Amino acid sequence: MNRRTAAAWMLPLAAVLVFGVALSATLGYLDVSIPDVFAILIAKLRGLDMPAGIDPVAATVVADVRMPRILAAVLVGGLLGVSGAVFQAILLNPLADSYTLGISTGAAFGASLVIVLQIFGLALPPGVTIPIFAFGGGAGTLAVVLFLAAGDRRLSSTSLILAGVIVAAILSAAIGFLKFLADEQVGLIIFWLMGSLAGASWANILLLAPTALLGTLVAVYYSRDLNIMATGDRAATSLGVNTVRLRLVLLAVSTLMTALAVSVSGIIGFVGLIVPHMLRHLIGPDNRLLIPLSFFTGGLLLLVADTLTRAVLPVEVPIGVLTALLGGPFFCFLFKRRQRNGTTAF
Amino acid sequence: MAPPLSERNTGLLWSLREVHFSYSDTPVLRDIDLELRCGRCTGILGPNGSGKTTLLDLLAGLQTPQSGTIEFQGRPMAAWPKKHLARLLALVPQDFMVRFGFSVREVVEMGLHPHLHRFATPSGADRSLIDQALAVTGIAPLADRPVTRLSGGEKQRVAVARALAQRPTVLLLDEATSNLDIHHSLELLHLIRDRFERQDMQVVAVMHDLNLAAFFCDHLIFLKEGRVICQGPTDEVLTPATINAVYGVEAEVTANAFTRCRQVSFRLPASH
Repeated sequence: MNRRTAAAWMLPLAAVLVFGVALSATLGYLDVSIPDVFAILIAKLRGLDMPAGIDPVAATVVADVRMPRILAAVLVGGLLGVSGAVFQAILLNPLADSYTLGISTGAAFGASLVIVLQIFGLALPPGVTIPIFAFGGGAGTLAVVLFLAAGDRRLSSTSLILAGVIVAAILSAAIGFLKFLADEQVGLIIFWLMGSLAGASWANILLLAPTALLGTLVAVYYSRDLNIMATGDRAATSLGVNTVRLRLVLLAVSTLMTALAVSVSGIIGFVGLIVPHMLRHLIGPDNRLLIPLSFFTGGLLLLVADTLTRAVLPVEVPIGVLTALLGGPFFCFLFKRRQRNGTTAF
Repeated sequence: MAPPLSERNTGLLWSLREVHFSYSDTPVLRDIDLELRCGRCTGILGPNGSGKTTLLDLLAGLQTPQSGTIEFQGRPMAAWPKKHLARLLALVPQDFMVRFGFSVREVVEMGLHPHLHRFATPSGADRSLIDQALAVTGIAPLADRPVTRLSGGEKQRVAVARALAQRPTVLLLDEATSNLDIHHSLELLHLIRDRFERQDMQVVAVMHDLNLAAFFCDHLIFLKEGRVICQGPTDEVLTPATINAVYGVEAEVTANAFTRCRQVSFRLPASH
């Protein structure tokens, strides 16, 4: 890879993403034109009064309702895309992803726990505690899954995914129990299970944006080491890659990225699986390009999906349900094709 | 052009003193006292499970012994920064497996990793080094193919090309030819031997095949059950007595006029 190919892919994708954000902001119950969207946002950002000729209702809708949700879609999609790419590269497993590893479910369990604790009178500030509990749940799940799969030293697809499914099943039952305890607040927990961006606020963006930026930078920083990991631990160590530290740092960062995405949007499955996969077919497995492109493509994919359910479909289908309905069959297809090829070549 | 073998620098590469190594409770290497020197291709031989690969891992700094000291170029292994060590030592593993479809060129380029700053792109000199490594290993025509689509022999040549691109002082081979047919084995060993003779690249090789070792190595180290049974110049130590002591087979060693090196034939002892 050289810098020119990287720029040739990244710049157009970034441009499409900006255009997508602007276009999505015009769509919805209320029609707003693209120039108006830009005018509203510029005025908002500079702290000025709205220019004449712009409906104040439209201004509020665009700036305080649509924009946070749209940006949350982009950031959550990007976070899931990057974390999926990193999980796949570090575990040498093209079927790994925060969803198939059970990390999303673990994070959702952590988040649901906060709600139940609140019912029992533990008044914790949800803005801080939900992300922390989500991370705790996600990291704990990853630790258990890796422990279960570690008997197989190569962390093969089957044992890793099987461990992920088992742990996710137990956690789903645990969330079911929390739902039972939550009684009247059950709606909030169901929100985490189905995944939705409907409640996204600017405060969420302030949490997601730095995480996405830092997480992606860390992953890009280690991307050449990640490439070398694909040739096996022993060979990588002999090339001067500190494999233990690399695993620890990147698993922690990816889990954090997943957990914060889940704390805002609930479980949104398969984005982290599909995005790096499609990209590997288009541009090859070089993580130096794959990781940043996974951010843009993941963001774009979730933006399109969320705009569909928010503004195009007659009823708002929860986004997690939509991605699972589309992504699940894709996963089945990949799984079956791997068996047919009888190889790990992707 | 490097000087002829007889005038070579025979400086010390590794010295191992009273080295013990075990995996959890199973001792793998015991009481290893060794010196490995420049100027000769060193072969490590022994039956399955005798600790050959573990010894190579210790030399490469991939494992640390439970007791004893290992020094490389007069400096304890633990004191070498890993990245620095990677500029001096390159390893060719037995089964070179790549999990994603990187192109052959991309994999060989990974050999530059210890020499390049994290965000640096390969210079013109680096690129011609890669081209050269691809050419001498005969995989230049495959440069753009995904490495996952190659045969075992081709993959192994990619591993050697990557190790050459690493520009090591010492090349470590871990049964690098054990999955190759005789033609590819000889080709690969000739290529490495050529690097040793002309460019002074040192070689330490774990080997299975005694006849290939006789052709390839100047100095042999025989391991059995984690101990060094005997070591010395190939012509002195590759004898029926050694082979019987190490492998428990009867052997005949002859100076072969056709191959111009020692050749070994075996049979099981009569009591079998």
